[in-house]
Amino acid sequence: MDSQAIATHPEHEETAHEHPPFLRHHFATVEQQRETATFGMWLFLLTEIMFFGGMFCAYLIYRNWYYPAFVAGSHQLSIVLGTVNTAVLICSSFTMAMGVHSAETRNRKALITWLLLTIVLGCVFLGIKADEYHEKWEKHHVPGLNFSVHDFVRENPAYPDDKPLPLDMADKTQVYFSLYFAMTGMHALHMIIGVSLLIILVARAWTGAYTEGHVAPIENFGLYWHFVDIVWIFLFPLLYLISRHQ
Amino acid sequence: MSTIVMLPDQQTASLPKRSYLNEEYGLKSWLLTGDHKRIAILYLISITIFFFIGGFFAGMIRLELLTPPSDLMAADTYNKMFTMHGIIMVFLFLVPSVPATIGNFLIPIMVGAKDLAFPKVNLLSWYLYVVGGILVLAALTLGGVDTGWTFTTPLSTHYLNTHVITAGLAIFVAGFSSIFTGLNFIVTIHRMRAPGMTWFRLPLFVWSHYAASVLMVLGTPVLAITLVLVILERVIGIGVFDPAKGGDPLLFQHLFWFYSHPAVYIMILPGFGVISEVISTFSRKRVFGYTAVAFSSVAIAVFGFFVWAHHMFIMGVSNYSALVFSLLTMLVAVPSAIKIFNWSFTLYKGSITFETPMLYAFGFMGLFTIGGLTGVFLGSMGMDIHLTETYFIVAHFHFVMVGGMLMAFLAGVHFWWPKMTGRMYPEGISKLAALITFVGFNLTFFPQFILGYLGMPRRYAAYPPEFQALNVLSTAGATVLGVGYVLPLLYLAWSLKYGKIAGSNPWQATGLEWQIQSPPLTENFVETPVIDYEAYDYEWLANKTKHEVQTVG
Repeated sequence: MDSQAIATHPEHEETAHEHPPFLRHHFATVEQQRETATFGMWLFLLTEIMFFGGMFCAYLIYRNWYYPAFVAGSHQLSIVLGTVNTAVLICSSFTMAMGVHSAETRNRKALITWLLLTIVLGCVFLGIKADEYHEKWEKHHVPGLNFSVHDFVRENPAYPDDKPLPLDMADKTQVYFSLYFAMTGMHALHMIIGVSLLIILVARAWTGAYTEGHVAPIENFGLYWHFVDIVWIFLFPLLYLISRHQ
Repeated sequence: MSTIVMLPDQQTASLPKRSYLNEEYGLKSWLLTGDHKRIAILYLISITIFFFIGGFFAGMIRLELLTPPSDLMAADTYNKMFTMHGIIMVFLFLVPSVPATIGNFLIPIMVGAKDLAFPKVNLLSWYLYVVGGILVLAALTLGGVDTGWTFTTPLSTHYLNTHVITAGLAIFVAGFSSIFTGLNFIVTIHRMRAPGMTWFRLPLFVWSHYAASVLMVLGTPVLAITLVLVILERVIGIGVFDPAKGGDPLLFQHLFWFYSHPAVYIMILPGFGVISEVISTFSRKRVFGYTAVAFSSVAIAVFGFFVWAHHMFIMGVSNYSALVFSLLTMLVAVPSAIKIFNWSFTLYKGSITFETPMLYAFGFMGLFTIGGLTGVFLGSMGMDIHLTETYFIVAHFHFVMVGGMLMAFLAGVHFWWPKMTGRMYPEGISKLAALITFVGFNLTFFPQFILGYLGMPRRYAAYPPEFQALNVLSTAGATVLGVGYVLPLLYLAWSLKYGKIAGSNPWQATGLEWQIQSPPLTENFVETPVIDYEAYDYEWLANKTKHEVQTVG
């Protein structure tokens, strides 16, 4: 009996080795663990759609009600900065996708490089956004704290074709800017959370955590990052490009 | 037909040596646990605390309404009382009541998994709940909130100087706790089912939790963003809901009720799950029309998203949309009735026994039916305009929430208490408590239907003297109800030490959770179960028991 037990013991060791260290105890297989995590992430993104959806719904209604105010508000934004930021975010989605690819091909150095690049691009976006916010503050476009209708009851030098708004409609630009700050603010908050998570991921990737087959965290973070990017892809035309088609 | 299984002799049962309760000791092992069963216990303790805090406010409200003038407390104190009662009971008790406690404990076991899909997220959701709870208590101790639990703008954003921001943040945070619970359940039910556990072998408890989770995951984020906008409006003065700046308060109502109406189904659907299990077990029959009951949960979840504007009939929504929402509201009665009828058919020709969970389940069926039908009254526009904002509506949602959900919660706690703790509750006194609860509940809330119909408005500290007799009845009932709620607290605590040892399957129920030891092991199953029988298959259980006896003999 004893000799048999000793003989079978190494075999048990070997079967135990089939389970990689990152397999959590309550999953049967690595495959199940990975599918579960990805499914959870997609579901989380669904909740995020509903979260932003409330604001998009408000935007839809007020834009229909106060279209001239929304146009006037939109014409106070810098299309150049908005376009640059859109380009920056799309690039960051590319670097993130390359990061996921590097994790899959088990290339630690490339993974770290791509993640760091993503952090840099994320920070560039946030920097430009902060600059835009600062400009809004100086132009008295922040509803509640620092707002004046002054810019909307006179001609906008950048858009000589726009007529000045009557005072009651000029007041409604506050709704536009409320939504502008709420929507881009929530988006920026998601970016800040994303960059913070990226820093943690880089620190872990440094120790080789994601380049030995355990790709799921990078992959799922990538989903989150692309989602935040897509939100911006909607925000950019809705906030910056109103009346461009005319 | 029902299959009779003899109850096993509990004299011979003994507590298992190893279980999730004694796997580790110490406070840290609880506060940092990833075990869904321990997190369920943490939730059970915290929601019980908040239930009694919320209950205290209910007591104060009833005490004030004992006499017509506002004499016990000033009118604005009364406003704070009903607001704190509403916030605590809705967000800190009813929403997490069954899912976060019983659901958390049972869903992994019922699908045959070792844990929920994301144990750390599960623990995080409890911590978010606690942070939300602490923020509510902070708002309370700083001086309270008096918006009502609905945070109606512009009252909440402009006209009150109470702690709306703290309370709003509390609900925002607690909301994420419920999102994470729902997300965890959905992923677990999809991805963690044991071999052979097909969708139509799942207990109906799992189906109803699945439907409730869909509502949590899709509805709660909308509440979260709405509260963010209210907080931003209050703190820095943005104008999304502010009419002075061009915003529309009605939009707030739309967004708020887009969550808060489905939230009603978040609160009741898990209760349906409990009732299905209890009714089947104590009639020893498969739930009649399993598929219909399962899909009626899903139907309630789907319809639940398209009826929110029935809270707004008097708020100036267009007559045409009110008409559509009124019709859709009545549609919800169909799946609800399917459930009630199917449970009744389950009882038909069953071998019914009257254990405590069954008594609560009977209470649920009666009271929920009244609550649900009065909901149809309120869904029809003409009636609604007469009855809304009166005590009729208060009575209606208390019949559904307290008479329905709280009864279901107590049924569930009693039913699974042996599984959670390994010990039985005392049967005699618990039957008495169920009876007291039922009598107290009817005495408290039935007079309110009449009061509301006669025109007594809700949310006022004072009322005309002709309403006093019915209000005295209601307050007397609340006292009885209070006794009915304190009793279980006492005897369940007592049973932790002195209760009879339960054994693994004291009810001879068919669920997977009853086929493992009580209290369960941390990993739930010694080896992954393979399911080759339908849910509620008492024949299978009888054969299995016979087989076990033969092998032992």
